[in-house]
Amino acid sequence: MSVLMQETTSLSGHEEQVWCVAWDPDGRLLASSGSDKCIRIWGLEGERWVCKSILTDGHTRTIRCVAWSPCGNYIASASFDATCGIWSRKNGEFELLATLEGHENEVKCVAWSHNGNFLASCSRDKSVWIWEVTQDEDYECASVMNCHNQDVKHVTWHPFQDIVVSSSYDDTIKFIKESTDDWQVSVSLDCHQSTVWMSCFDKTGDRLVSCSDDKTIRIWQCYQSDNKLGLPTNDDGYAWKCVCTLSGYHSRTIYSVDWCHLTGDIVTSCGDDCIRVFREEPNSDKDQPSFTLISVVKSAHLQDVNCVSWNPKIPGLLASCSDDGLIKLWNLPQE
Amino acid sequence: MKNKIDNVNPVIYQRKLDRHVLPAEEDESVIDEIDVREIFDLVRNINDPEHPLTLEELNVVDEDHIQIDNSSNLVTLAFTPTIPHCSMATLIGLSIRVKLLRSLPTRFKVDIAIAPGTHNSEQAVNKQLADKERVAAALENSHLLSVVNQCLSTKSKT
Repeated sequence: MSVLMQETTSLSGHEEQVWCVAWDPDGRLLASSGSDKCIRIWGLEGERWVCKSILTDGHTRTIRCVAWSPCGNYIASASFDATCGIWSRKNGEFELLATLEGHENEVKCVAWSHNGNFLASCSRDKSVWIWEVTQDEDYECASVMNCHNQDVKHVTWHPFQDIVVSSSYDDTIKFIKESTDDWQVSVSLDCHQSTVWMSCFDKTGDRLVSCSDDKTIRIWQCYQSDNKLGLPTNDDGYAWKCVCTLSGYHSRTIYSVDWCHLTGDIVTSCGDDCIRVFREEPNSDKDQPSFTLISVVKSAHLQDVNCVSWNPKIPGLLASCSDDGLIKLWNLPQE
Repeated sequence: MKNKIDNVNPVIYQRKLDRHVLPAEEDESVIDEIDVREIFDLVRNINDPEHPLTLEELNVVDEDHIQIDNSSNLVTLAFTPTIPHCSMATLIGLSIRVKLLRSLPTRFKVDIAIAPGTHNSEQAVNKQLADKERVAAALENSHLLSVVNQCLSTKSKT
């Protein structure tokens, strides 16, 4: 089975490499950021995608990552200038509401929890910070987690629990959750053989996909304490196990992965300029799932593809961005 | 910057003669793909961070450790630190990377690594040089960038 992915739009505007693309929760706006220290907001005007606003002067160095709050009214940005920016949308315009300081080095990623009550950021300083969002739009540091030995590349939240998952240059993935009075590491996944660039939950939150410099993606499954495999569980009563490794498909570092909550398809972006889509086989065994490569776009961009993101509302609509300075939209035809 | 030099008396190697330009290479109608010698010529005159010598004179770079595959746009270069505990290995690798990033067409993927078995922290240095995010962040550091630029500035050689 092979599905042809069609390029529908190519958006230029960023002056240098584009590091990140992120859809707003309604799937109507796309935010992008890159080395030119700007955030661009893209949206449809009639049938054409256009740049609706450019957010400047928030950061003095590369903006590595942007993330929308679940309500769609805020954007958080992570910058190599060691700060996070919080931008709020008022009357259609974005303005810089706050700058979060504390990290010692480049901030690599920022992410909102499912209800928008928490923000997590991570940095080359090896730490993950949890920020609590207060009623009056204030951001207080709730915890500083020094849980990695190296540069932390990425943070993401569970789709409906207050659990942060961090991925690191130390080749590990950590689950951080709030216990009685502080945040703690509850699970550590140690299986990749090089930097873990990113991880992403499926819609159930019982599975995670991770991508790495070791050129593999791995699928992780959550097991409860009464699991039939007899896996020992942690204090919280669950265990995570790598149930599938997809190797041999990517020829260079895999920089990002996204697990679509509408279709269940997994997309990867790679240093070999390609975008690949994997689909779980029907009736695949949950404990040993099989995934098939259903679509490859060779030379999707002229250089490394840094980030891919599925639209949260329109099945098969994908955004990608690259070192070549472009953002592209793709359509994976649905049956 | 530290004042102590890692390798006080490095072995100095003979420089190669300049490339002999063939008539076909000046003929615009002939397709002339980038070859190993051209990659070598780009990096041979990079200055060592410690000595007033080039990477070629210290045998840190040589043609045998360069590969190019024009059809898949891959360049790989292995460099040999003068001593196995050279603290400048990352900086040298970064300078080579920057030189090739600036000189080669963007279609090329460039992999820079230490020649196997020639450095104590080979794996750690290689991982850092291969991490483009850390390389990008390093090059936004104005101090580091000026050190790299110093290594890349070519002096007139006699």
